[in-house]
Amino acid sequence: MTTQVDTEDKPSPAKGEVYITKERCKGCSFCVAFCPTNALGMTKKMNAKGYNLPELTAPEKCNGCDLCGLYCPDFAIFGVRRKKPEKKGEQA
Amino acid sequence: MKADPSAVATGVHFIDGDEACAEGAIAAGCRFVAGYPITPSTEVVEHIARRFPKIGGMFIQMEDEIASSICIQGAVWAGCKSMTVTSGPGFSLMMEHVGLAAITETPCVFVNVQRGGPSTGLPTLPGQADVMQARWGSHGDYEIIALAPSTPQECFDHIITAFNLAEKYRVPVFFMMDECVGHMLGKVRIPAADRIEIAERKFTTRKPGEYLPFKVYEGDQPEMVKAGMGHNIHVTGLTHDERGYPAMNAEAQDRLITRLCRKILDHTDEIAMYEEDGIDGSDVTIVSYGITSRVAARAVELARAQGIKVGLLRLITLWPFSDRLIQDVASKTKSLIVAEMNMGQMVLEVERAVHGKVPVHLMGSAGGAIIEPEAILARIKEVAS
Amino acid sequence: MTTKPVNPVEPLLRMDRIPHIWCPGCGIGTSVNCFARAIEKADIPHDKLHVVSGIGCTGRVAGYVNLDSFHTTHGRAIPFATGLALARPEAKVVVYSGDGDMFAIGGNHFIHAARRNVDLTVICVNNLTYGMTGGQVTPTTPLSAKASTMPYGNFEDTFNLPNLAEACGAVFVARWTVFHVRQLVRSMTKALQRKGFTFIEIIAPCPTLYQRRNKLGDGAATLKYYKEKSIIKNGASTAEAGLGFQSEIVVGEFVERERPTFTENYAARMKEVLGASFVPYEGPK
Repeated sequence: MTTQVDTEDKPSPAKGEVYITKERCKGCSFCVAFCPTNALGMTKKMNAKGYNLPELTAPEKCNGCDLCGLYCPDFAIFGVRRKKPEKKGEQA
Repeated sequence: MKADPSAVATGVHFIDGDEACAEGAIAAGCRFVAGYPITPSTEVVEHIARRFPKIGGMFIQMEDEIASSICIQGAVWAGCKSMTVTSGPGFSLMMEHVGLAAITETPCVFVNVQRGGPSTGLPTLPGQADVMQARWGSHGDYEIIALAPSTPQECFDHIITAFNLAEKYRVPVFFMMDECVGHMLGKVRIPAADRIEIAERKFTTRKPGEYLPFKVYEGDQPEMVKAGMGHNIHVTGLTHDERGYPAMNAEAQDRLITRLCRKILDHTDEIAMYEEDGIDGSDVTIVSYGITSRVAARAVELARAQGIKVGLLRLITLWPFSDRLIQDVASKTKSLIVAEMNMGQMVLEVERAVHGKVPVHLMGSAGGAIIEPEAILARIKEVAS
Repeated sequence: MTTKPVNPVEPLLRMDRIPHIWCPGCGIGTSVNCFARAIEKADIPHDKLHVVSGIGCTGRVAGYVNLDSFHTTHGRAIPFATGLALARPEAKVVVYSGDGDMFAIGGNHFIHAARRNVDLTVICVNNLTYGMTGGQVTPTTPLSAKASTMPYGNFEDTFNLPNLAEACGAVFVARWTVFHVRQLVRSMTKALQRKGFTFIEIIAPCPTLYQRRNKLGDGAATLKYYKEKSIIKNGASTAEAGLGFQSEIVVGEFVERERPTFTENYAARMKEVLGASFVPYEGPK
């Protein structure tokens, strides 16, 4: 099964980015509470089950450390480090 | 397939039923045994503990019978033929995992060398009062197979049958010995390995992604699998679907439980093993099993010497219970006496199957000593008169 | 075209069973994240890794991991795993279950498997309660904490799990909370790579049944408590690892030692006594 990721977040100069699968989220806010750079915030937005969703509220702060991915008990979010754009010979 | 010649103790031996049972299990290909000491079954695991390191088997004495009865199932899912051995109170402790083996369709063998109960009861003396427990001991609806040997030779021969049936039907099989049969010494002839037919576990040949572990592709059983074949199986004691995933609703329950029962009940007559002697036209037929059937045979001799027409039906398969067999017997005799070392267990099945066609009497006992042939003879005379 | 990255936990999961049944703020899923990363780091092929669970909320882990996995009976994951591990020595068998399952009904099995040093990695998610059945007292519920069967507060002393595991013979003993995700990944990796009976206790919230009944806030509040009140003491004496109600939590890797496993002891003894007539067990025939 393919991952359903929601990538509404615009590309940014940040070192990392997060992917959120909204329908899996149960709104526990672990990702927000323990994001080391405070890049994530809880929102008033809800998913179909009525859980409040987190969002990358300060995308420029995300360093892609994936602590949100480690904490998320619902497998609904994870972070990745962006590849450095200046690097030559990027993988096709 | 044939038994492994490097493990089979071919020859003529003078051994007890417990040891014969252990040798039979070895011949059947059992290479994993978990047990816990309990009289009068201990000699089985003691013999296994001596023999297994010399034939590549793995024996472990677990911390209790609850552990033993599930440890063997872990080994089955690793691909082994496995058994556990117990008596009385240990059998009670194992009931939880009889249910697990039934719902997960784990082929394995439970040996019960029966003693007098309930509770600690009579550790060193015989009984046959666990036969209903073998059938109904775990909660819920399920079917099992149970065999009752009556001699050390049968302990050898039929424990092999027990393993073969476990594989064929993917079901826990009970080997219902008793203290007398277990401790009785007798001549046991162990054939050459190439004369011993054993069931090979047939693992699925389907590829990962094309196989569901609890789907019946052909016949009545799902195809067997083991850990490490790449199928990423899930095995659960919860009611499950063909994928093995929990499915907790009435439809899934109906589908699974009906199949678990039908896969045994539809083969009752194939599974039924018995011996009959002089039933046709008899005034009385004794129905018996295990050690009591040998006593009954003597009583039948004594009765015939006195001119009474007596038949004998010796059940080897106790469960599934063959109604057809009993009904057939009932049509050829005028009355039935069920002789068993309990207060009346299999007699209930016989009465149910006979359904009032002929009178059914009980020759029971509370256990602790075998029923004397003279006592059965007296009952025969009473019923025949 | 760039491919979307995959959540690193997903290769371990049966995605056709997600979302799972665990409550919002439950710590079990967090432990599974760590487990997935540890498997990756330990570099164990998936066909040689099996998970066995008992019954209860943590017992459902076996149903979510995409490995050969076994959801057994209440308290009996360890003896099932013992059979599986002894009969299939080439595999790594992990027992993943909860505190009630493993230390109340299953306590006897735990102590004996540790004593025998069966080659098992035992992971206990300790949420201090029976979640699935509605919040009853377990052997780890702290003194004075309320449970549905301790409505006036628990008055029974508790097990100190690392201390118990060490006393019984475990060769590796660690405790973390679900706040300590990176440390947990490291300890799980070590445990998976080690031979013998390895034990990891993971303290986790049960917001629905433990935290709420004891007015301790939600899952996130509990993780904040873990952050504030945990003291990392690698190599600490497990005797110091007892837990009280909302007390400090000593976490770390406490025990690392060598002991021959059940299988090694078996082979050594048989070789010594039986010599050439010993035929080692080499898997099912």
